[in-house]
Amino acid sequence: MRLELSGITKAFPACIANDHVNFNVEAGEIHALLGENGAGKSTLVKMIYGIMQPDEGEILWEGQSVTIENPGMARKLGIGMVFQHFSLFESMTVLENVALGINEKGPLKELAKRIVEVSDKYGLPLDPERYIHTLSVGERQRVEIVRCLLQDPSLIIMDEPTSVLTPQEVDKLFVTLRRLREEGRSILYISHKLDEIKALCDRATILRAGKVVGDCDPSKESARSMAQLMVGEEIKIPARNPNAKVGEDRLVVENLSMSTDDVFVADLENVSFTVKSGEIFGVAGVAGNGQNNLLSMLSGERLSPNDEAIRMDGLSVGHLGPHKRRKLGLAFVPEERLGHGTVPEMSLADNTLLSGHGVSDLVQMGFLRFSKAHNLAKKIIEAFDVRTGGSKSEAKSLSGGNLQKFIIGRELLKSPKLLIVAQPTWGVDAGAAASIHQALMNLRDEGCAILVVSQDLDELFAITDRMAVISHGRLSPARPTHDTTVEQVGLLMGGLFDQVDAWDEEAQR
Amino acid sequence: MIRFEPRLAPSRVMVYGAPILAVCFTLVAGAMLFSALGYDPLNSLYLFFIQPISDSYGLTELFLKATPLTLCAVGLAVGFRGNVWNIGAEGQLTMGAIVSGAIAVTWYDSTSMFLLPIMIIAGVLGGMAWAAIPAFLKTRFHANEILTSLMLTYVATLFLGYLVNGPLRNPEGFNFPESRMFGDAALLPLLFDESRLHIGALITLFVVLLGWFIMSRTLIGFQVKVVGLTPLAANYAGFNPKKVIWMSLMLGGGLAGLAGMFEVAGPIGQLQPVISPGYGFTAIIVAFLGRLHPIGILLAGTLVALSYLGGETVQMELSLPLAVTGVFQGMLLFFLLACDVLINYRVVLGFKRKAA
Amino acid sequence: MIGFEVETIIAILLGVARGATPLVFAAIGELITEKAGVLNLGVEGMMLVGAVGGFIAVVATGSPTVGFIAAMLAGALLSALFAVLVLFLHTNQVASGLALTIFGVGVSAFFGLKYIGTPIKGLQAIDIPGLSDIPIVGPLLFGHDIMVYAAFVLVAVTAWFLNKSRWGMILRAVGESHHAAHAIGYPVVLIRFCAILFGGAMCGLAGAYISLIYTPMWAENMTAGRGWIALALVVFATWKPGRALIGAYLFGGVTILQLNVQSLGLDVSGHLMNMLPYIATILVLVLISRDETKIRLNAPACLGKPFRADG
Repeated sequence: MRLELSGITKAFPACIANDHVNFNVEAGEIHALLGENGAGKSTLVKMIYGIMQPDEGEILWEGQSVTIENPGMARKLGIGMVFQHFSLFESMTVLENVALGINEKGPLKELAKRIVEVSDKYGLPLDPERYIHTLSVGERQRVEIVRCLLQDPSLIIMDEPTSVLTPQEVDKLFVTLRRLREEGRSILYISHKLDEIKALCDRATILRAGKVVGDCDPSKESARSMAQLMVGEEIKIPARNPNAKVGEDRLVVENLSMSTDDVFVADLENVSFTVKSGEIFGVAGVAGNGQNNLLSMLSGERLSPNDEAIRMDGLSVGHLGPHKRRKLGLAFVPEERLGHGTVPEMSLADNTLLSGHGVSDLVQMGFLRFSKAHNLAKKIIEAFDVRTGGSKSEAKSLSGGNLQKFIIGRELLKSPKLLIVAQPTWGVDAGAAASIHQALMNLRDEGCAILVVSQDLDELFAITDRMAVISHGRLSPARPTHDTTVEQVGLLMGGLFDQVDAWDEEAQR
Repeated sequence: MIRFEPRLAPSRVMVYGAPILAVCFTLVAGAMLFSALGYDPLNSLYLFFIQPISDSYGLTELFLKATPLTLCAVGLAVGFRGNVWNIGAEGQLTMGAIVSGAIAVTWYDSTSMFLLPIMIIAGVLGGMAWAAIPAFLKTRFHANEILTSLMLTYVATLFLGYLVNGPLRNPEGFNFPESRMFGDAALLPLLFDESRLHIGALITLFVVLLGWFIMSRTLIGFQVKVVGLTPLAANYAGFNPKKVIWMSLMLGGGLAGLAGMFEVAGPIGQLQPVISPGYGFTAIIVAFLGRLHPIGILLAGTLVALSYLGGETVQMELSLPLAVTGVFQGMLLFFLLACDVLINYRVVLGFKRKAA
Repeated sequence: MIGFEVETIIAILLGVARGATPLVFAAIGELITEKAGVLNLGVEGMMLVGAVGGFIAVVATGSPTVGFIAAMLAGALLSALFAVLVLFLHTNQVASGLALTIFGVGVSAFFGLKYIGTPIKGLQAIDIPGLSDIPIVGPLLFGHDIMVYAAFVLVAVTAWFLNKSRWGMILRAVGESHHAAHAIGYPVVLIRFCAILFGGAMCGLAGAYISLIYTPMWAENMTAGRGWIALALVVFATWKPGRALIGAYLFGGVTILQLNVQSLGLDVSGHLMNMLPYIATILVLVLISRDETKIRLNAPACLGKPFRADG
């Protein structure tokens, strides 16, 4: 047995992250650790990698009881880790990043040679002299994997490795992982994506609310049965109203471009699309391909250089700030819930003022009306089933899913004409995700135009009517969702815009 | 073994308890300092904190010193809330004194009742103008306001030195670096006979109430807070961070300028090379000690004013250096920052259970 | 124009080096601290404490070496206070740095009071017979006190440390992303603690240079804002040691210009001339800050952000 955990417990002041967790990983297997957001997966692997120490329980490595005090010691034992939010240093080179993340201290020149060797061997091409901030997300993951492999690990922990990749990149990653398994290495694969686990993993341990709730062979289980184990309740699939009617053009974006000197973000290049009332329009794409710029231009947080590039109901709004666009009926739910959509240290009531000032009676003649803000917050909490201590609770005290419900509720109660939502269910548990999806569909049926920007393809296929793909700041032509396949979207996410035409012609035929 | 464990929700008690705790720690540390220097600690603390305010004249002196501290701190606190770190209040105070003082000196024989109001407006504008420089450099060139506002303090002090040695020097003053004494019409009316406490103290009370109202009840105050806490959320709300930078620097500069005018038209009565024993800097401590809240600042300003009086008393009685004041003020701010940790953390004694 | 004596020019150039040296020490100290991701605004306070500590030690022992060591200890001790607040109690770095300066001003004035007016012997220039007698070049290259050379060595070592050594790489990594550094297994808090102590020691040294060599005496607030100028220099240098050295010598030049203006035959008020370094600092800051991207690319990404290991 390569790794065995018995009775691992870790408690934080607010919750018990792991409650007497037992499981084991054998040599040469890909073992899935499956669970919802907040189930305790990340905490568990942080303890295996020595970033945190368990309160109770024992870790056995190759049959020996060990205390893993820090990541350096984990690496010495032969444990490597590829992080979900990469542990890379943006303004440093690939070489420096690798040198920082391995135990041995040799001359950098030799290390550079070894990086090239290993990356060639596993088909993960890398240039040691490149700076991290010039690399794509997929390339950054390669740096992490190569860094990990240089240590010749016998166990590799991968925390949600596919959440930032295109479907084609995922396939390539799987080829590499299977090859590592053939070499006798074990992989602990953390994910909540069931089809991936079915395709790749030999065994799965399912975690719910910090406890192990099941063990299975993914190839023998259906995705549905694993999902039920993971979520613990029946999942509702959002209901579509077949009679909903698509109306007039609500948001028209025409040749929207922007460029900055900022090397950390992608520019936008001639983005054009239309969102009609009564439809949900999806924008798919891997993070960092210009979504943030597109969103900030649409919300008015960044002004468009060309006033006419963005039109709402025929009115040019490119030069209007967020406040004026809100007055025209725009509502916006940003990706970052804490620190963008809300002020973490302020109460929920105060947070209603953030998007409510000037478009409601919360502020009159420049004076704040606290009782009205509290009433509004209470109304949102009730209508959207937000679990919280009340309207005086600080935003940061809410769980991700509940805060997202609050923000979506806050924007929906304004009955917007146009709603722009980024990552509506990112990091949200399944129950909350389902209710958010249902709320969006209901709003669409009432005639609102909705733009959803998301990295989650399952989500986009489930709720959108039409979708387009953003890659390197360019947006593909839009397609009806029911005429689109995951493979097509994947090609576009990889920036293969030459094949867009093929797609177009095919669709027209 | 002492550990800090995060609290689930910030402690309401500690929000108000921390400053009190900090004052207690400062007293203990002060007692230790005095006894280390070979003085009876209790007697020294009595001389420092009680003796100065044991008669009515002492009390009026206390409020006289609290006036500029509170004025400056109320303005600075607005900026600190908005993440605008104006630490040049001393310079803005000096500029307010210079501009209003120049008017008083130019029309030294005027008896007009308009002289004083004009001086007040001039003082405010002088402070504002000086604060406008960092505001402009920050919004236009992204230059760090901490450094620019501080550099301008040195410039203002030197400019005052230049003026009292040159253009504004008293022609009948035997070449002393001082201006003429202001005429009666240029002096603030006193509140009590036999004291130096002037009408500016009442204006300060009014400013404190106004500051409280603006910060807690208006959209302006809300904007400042959001910009300071979470700039991204301010963007989302459509608040303009540049406006907040301008607003808080104008407010801070204006109030500091007013404080400078109060000093020269109050207890000093003329322009001198030094018109403030560091009120503008100490106001930073006052702002934090008062929790960046105008009412809290009023209390903190009074307490810190006491440290000036106490420093003077121990200088006279124990012949200790006046710098004791600075040591006390520094300690107070340190202890306050340290005690603030108790708002979000609680202290846990004992070892953490190790893995079996 | 008036013809200058060669001696005057040499004296002015020697003065430039003496004006620049304390700025080099303080700026390099702060640069290392900031590279680790910590903004310590207490430079002025640490310099003053170093100045008074070094001065008292020299009065007591007569040895400049002891004086400089005492100054470094004093500066490091004060910075340790800041480090505890910022690293363990997670206080706001801006406020804590301001507190450090206010406290340093008070403490140095308190302990220095007895020493106002006490004379000490300043450190002499090292005198290498033969070399420093070469006309013009001799005094310019070999006529300085030892600390001027030490400053150059410090800059070279710091540049090597940051760019070539493994520890320098780790230091940069901690300032770049404390979360990533923590995840890989580096002791973020310990590294920052060391960086802050080093910064404090260098600021102490800078202060001692002023009270022992630049003007061998003690006076309250004698650093006169040089700590703040050093902070500005770090920004001006875009966190590069070599550029900090150049910047410090530019400022040294401005300082000396102000002292020698009378000998240049200009009749300007001393008060107005004394404004020069402060106005120059503002101008330099404006020039360098105009380009936001440049600052963003060079500034340590975690500068001023608090780090908690939990979560």
